[in-house]
Amino acid sequence: MSVLVGKETRLIVQGLTGREGSFHAQQMLEYGTAVVAGVTPGKGGTKHLDVPVFDTVAQAARDTKANASVIFVPPPFAADAILEAVSAKLPLVICITEGIPLLDMVKVAATMKGKVTRLIGPNCPGIISPGKCKIGIMPGRIHKEGNVGLVSRSGTLTYEAVDQLTRLGIGQSTCIGIGGDPIIGTNFLDSIRLFNEDKDTHAIVMIGEIGGNAEEIAAEYIKKEVHKPVVGFIAGQTAPPGRRMGHAGAIISGGQGTAADKYKAMQAAGIKTVQSPAEIGETMKKAIG
Amino acid sequence: MKIHEYQAKAILSKFGVPTPRGERVLDKESADRVAKSLGTPVVVVKAQIHAGGRGKAGGVKLAKSAEQAAELAGQIMGMTLVTPQTGPEGRVVRRLLIEEGLDIRRELYLGILVDRAVGAPIFMASSAGGMEIEEVAKANPEKILKETINPAAGLQDYQIRNLVFGLGLDAGMLKVAVPFFKALYRAFIETDASLIEINPCVVTGDGRLVALDAKMNFDDNAMYRHPEFLELRDTDEETPLEVEASKFKLNYIQLDGNVACMVNGAGLAMATMDIIKHSGGSPANFLDVGGGASEEQVKNAFKILLSDPNVKAVFVNIFGGILRCDVLASGVVKAARDLGIRVPVVVRLEGTNVEAGQKILRDSGLNFTVASGMKDGAEKVVRLVGVAGPGGAR
Repeated sequence: MSVLVGKETRLIVQGLTGREGSFHAQQMLEYGTAVVAGVTPGKGGTKHLDVPVFDTVAQAARDTKANASVIFVPPPFAADAILEAVSAKLPLVICITEGIPLLDMVKVAATMKGKVTRLIGPNCPGIISPGKCKIGIMPGRIHKEGNVGLVSRSGTLTYEAVDQLTRLGIGQSTCIGIGGDPIIGTNFLDSIRLFNEDKDTHAIVMIGEIGGNAEEIAAEYIKKEVHKPVVGFIAGQTAPPGRRMGHAGAIISGGQGTAADKYKAMQAAGIKTVQSPAEIGETMKKAIG
Repeated sequence: MKIHEYQAKAILSKFGVPTPRGERVLDKESADRVAKSLGTPVVVVKAQIHAGGRGKAGGVKLAKSAEQAAELAGQIMGMTLVTPQTGPEGRVVRRLLIEEGLDIRRELYLGILVDRAVGAPIFMASSAGGMEIEEVAKANPEKILKETINPAAGLQDYQIRNLVFGLGLDAGMLKVAVPFFKALYRAFIETDASLIEINPCVVTGDGRLVALDAKMNFDDNAMYRHPEFLELRDTDEETPLEVEASKFKLNYIQLDGNVACMVNGAGLAMATMDIIKHSGGSPANFLDVGGGASEEQVKNAFKILLSDPNVKAVFVNIFGGILRCDVLASGVVKAARDLGIRVPVVVRLEGTNVEAGQKILRDSGLNFTVASGMKDGAEKVVRLVGVAGPGGAR
């Protein structure tokens, strides 16, 4: 009942011994995620939180049979950390780091073409399959195991939506925070395709933001291929043009990327759109009856 | 980060991009001196503000003599320019660029930015130079040529040929276009620019290509690699409250409504603005206090919010994941006491340690309105603004 991560996930934490990495690794362990290794160059051979630490991702992957990695390293070193995980041929890499230079991500995007690794993020809360595996910084307890797939560019707004669903008794198969940056690994289209193909995901929530046209591209696909109910919200209906609204990718530039355009595309695709973020849960409840 | 035209031209010319001769001035005496030293029959007086559309607003003028240049400089300096990009309040001109006039045969558009869908830089060119590129994109999208650049290989000669012939320039122009376009691309990469626009790039009578105008924005995330650019920031071009907020590393954008909001997370902050509007109110700002906000940071945020004279009520909307509700509540109480907040404050807390947070608010003896959800909070704050009435808050 999930996509990308589950009970079979064996996780490496890049930056395990740092403040952020340490705190969130502890939370992930408590949730039940199989954190099998940490990577901090120079601390190989030690243990942290009772998890073995390695100098390189390649060593960690080889010795622990890990199949995913999460990155908590500071922005100047994050692109390198992603590429190290890609080079170790890990199938899944989640980068939480916010503030990576855009041209660093250009290099990452070019290098990843044709590689086996799927990247989620950067600048994202991570991914969770409730009851099975939590990778990232989201509060685990607001989630509930179930059949709604959720994909979002935001962090706390995702928690808000998840909380609404859970309070209504609607569980989630997997929640994917794809990140608020202009260049990200996994986009709306990729996530929605995964949810569409997952037999245990019965409905989908997509939470977009102003900027870019990833929501429009996903809406095109939904129109053609998705028969599961989809509920959609776009943040930034009241955002002024030309201003970066916190997220590097949340900017209306040259009249492109407005909430109005995205709503139009979503409505044309038959997505049940909500103008108010408080109505995501209720609308899903009605949609799945 | 945005910079002025004269600053962009100085950077680009270091990379070998040809720009007109000229100098930035601050008064009419210097304008006269620079115009004389340029020695061309025509000089151009250009207002320097961080917004396009200056020409139509009267901020760019041609002078036929140094005296006229000085006179025009005197007129433009201190003028408030209102362009489609400045908003109705306009921008005061505090700097001028005095440049040589050129013999212009054609005006082209050149631009480099990162195409987020592809994840790679694109070089754009159009024969419709001097026009707003957004207008061209709408009316004649076929007039915009694009070359996607492989970041490992860089901008290739064949791509420049595609652009040059696509623009209808003759083969002879290649010898100036190739070094020009390559210098522009190198500047883009090496300065961590997020946008370079040369609009227009002109073809002169003697067969040169010159960047007549230049716009450069830098990637804020990459500023740590370019400490030298920090001094190019012109805080006169930003709203005073945003400058103040940036000192506290707060992500704050001032809007024109009267309901201030303080939220954790950019997406939730935008959604909070939206729900205020949806409930019949008008947001006064965007503010993301971040995931690790301390008591001190909450207090700083309140200080900024309350410095906006339009604000009649505050909506605090927090979904605590990493940020604990009790920490936030203590910060709110402390700020309210220390700052003597006199406008109504509606607080919606959810997430980690929410009960402890709500208890701190209740026990404070201060008059907070506690909301049970985002919708409830937005409706309550909008109602309170209605009650406060015009100017009734403080």
